Amino acid sequence: MNKTVTFRIWRGNSQGGEFVNYTTEITEGLVVLDVVHKIQATQANDIACRWNCKAGKCGSCSAEVNGVPKLMCMTRMDTLNTDKVITVEPMRAFPLIRDLVTDVSWNFRVKTKIKKFKPRPADAPDGTWRMQQEDVDRVQEFRKCIECFLCQDVCHVLRDHHKHDEFIGPRFLAYTAALEMHPLDTEDRLPELKQAQGIGLCNIGKCCTNVCPEHIAITDNAIIPLKERVVDEFYDPLAWIWKKIRPKG
Amino acid sequence: MAYADTLPKQRSFGQTTRPDAWWVKPIFIFLGFSAFIIYSTWAAFQGNHYWLAAGGANYVSPFYSPEIFGDSPHAIFHGKPGFWPAWLPFSPALLILWVPGGFRFTCYYYRGAYYKAFWADPINCAVGEPRKTYLGERSFPLLIQNIHRYFLYIAVAFVILLAYDALKAMWFTDPVTGASHFGIGVGTLVMLLNVFLLSSYTLGCHSLRHLVGGFLDSKTKSPSCAKTYNCVSCLNSRHMMWAWFSLFSVGFTDLYIRLCSMGIWHDVRIF
Ligand code: SF4
Ligand code: SF4
Ligand code: FES
Ligand code: FES
Repeated sequence: MNKTVTFRIWRGNSQGGEFVNYTTEITEGLVVLDVVHKIQATQANDIACRWNCKAGKCGSCSAEVNGVPKLMCMTRMDTLNTDKVITVEPMRAFPLIRDLVTDVSWNFRVKTKIKKFKPRPADAPDGTWRMQQEDVDRVQEFRKCIECFLCQDVCHVLRDHHKHDEFIGPRFLAYTAALEMHPLDTEDRLPELKQAQGIGLCNIGKCCTNVCPEHIAITDNAIIPLKERVVDEFYDPLAWIWKKIRPKG
Repeated sequence: MAYADTLPKQRSFGQTTRPDAWWVKPIFIFLGFSAFIIYSTWAAFQGNHYWLAAGGANYVSPFYSPEIFGDSPHAIFHGKPGFWPAWLPFSPALLILWVPGGFRFTCYYYRGAYYKAFWADPINCAVGEPRKTYLGERSFPLLIQNIHRYFLYIAVAFVILLAYDALKAMWFTDPVTGASHFGIGVGTLVMLLNVFLLSSYTLGCHSLRHLVGGFLDSKTKSPSCAKTYNCVSCLNSRHMMWAWFSLFSVGFTDLYIRLCSMGIWHDVRIF
């Protein structure tokens, strides 16, 4: 069944811009990205919009649909109230390039500063390691990340408080957790987590978890466990004693 | 140009393009927590009607247990502690309520929830905040939240004591002979359910999850840690639910015993 919808799309660049309304017809089964493409094809050829896979796997089409960070390609039109105007705007935690496209390169610079994976010496003479599936289950959750940066966008520490110089954001806390909890890894990332990477700035409101299209429990499974490890290392006198006698692993 | 200057301007308080009723959830949380804080403070200052002996029952309110000093049959020491200032009304609850209070105040779930509902930081996801400055939990005062695991240690002991109270509530005193015999009243069930909900909340604590196994990278090297970690994780995945259920149940257990003790409600003996 065909239906008429109105999209209110942000048009502009780093100097400024405005919302522009576009009304178009949609058929069943469309996603927000389809509608943006249709508007681009028929009404506004110059709308800038980044996308690649249209399958929720490349993380390029991140934007805000009705004020909530979402992948445009995974937001079905039938989940939105099409009787009202639908707002589509770029992410707010990164500088705008044009229209719906933001410059997310800050994230890649952050990533280079996180200490790399440093495995223990190989377990077997052929240079390979042995580990149990159960032990890697926990870090595999974080490997599902598609680097869409929706979690970075919604996090108020970046979005509202612009602490990009002091806080690495939920995406990279999950990335650090994947390394730090890896059974083979021997590196220690706790001092910088506490200082330069600002884990203490997270106030655990779980907005990042709520928007993650891969359903990674960022706050519960990555950030809070890392906060607890930071407590062990820097704030808990009993943990200092316990560390001397605890089982190693 | 500083990186922050290249970003869109911070939105003002409440500003958002979300069309949904984003303010409903923080209002409910605000009202829920406020109602509990007001009731528990009031109940803690009452200093009476916190136990039930009528009908041979042996109930005590969770707000008043363990009763270190007090006048009920449950008190360890009778009377008022010597150090208590004369100007402050005495109630046995005031000696102990800092434990569950501190435990919940520093709980990761509650922190995330009250920073939003009481401090609007942020009031809801992707909604503008009232303040420009932000310290988070990195510096004083919120740095103190890191004490949470110490509250956990005492809170676990308290749950054990409340379980003991619930066991005692299964014994009723015969008013004629004075002998104790097994029985179950509605109050016993209320107290048992409260212990169940409090245990599910306490044993699903994030700090506990870390302490029993989360600190290890290879849990299979320590199978007992792995098992405990899995159990705690299971409760932890619904920590918010247990937090609310147990909050409601401690309040209700106190209310039940209070109203029975005041003679407004009557405890029904099931057998
Ligand atoms: S839980 Fe922490 S990292 Fe996630 S959005 Fe909230 S403040 Fe940011
Ligand atoms: S953690 Fe989730 S929301 Fe964040 S970048 Fe990865 S996939 Fe996107
Ligand atoms: S286009 Fe690849 S995630 Fe949307
Ligand atoms: S995290 Fe909620 S009780 Fe510890």
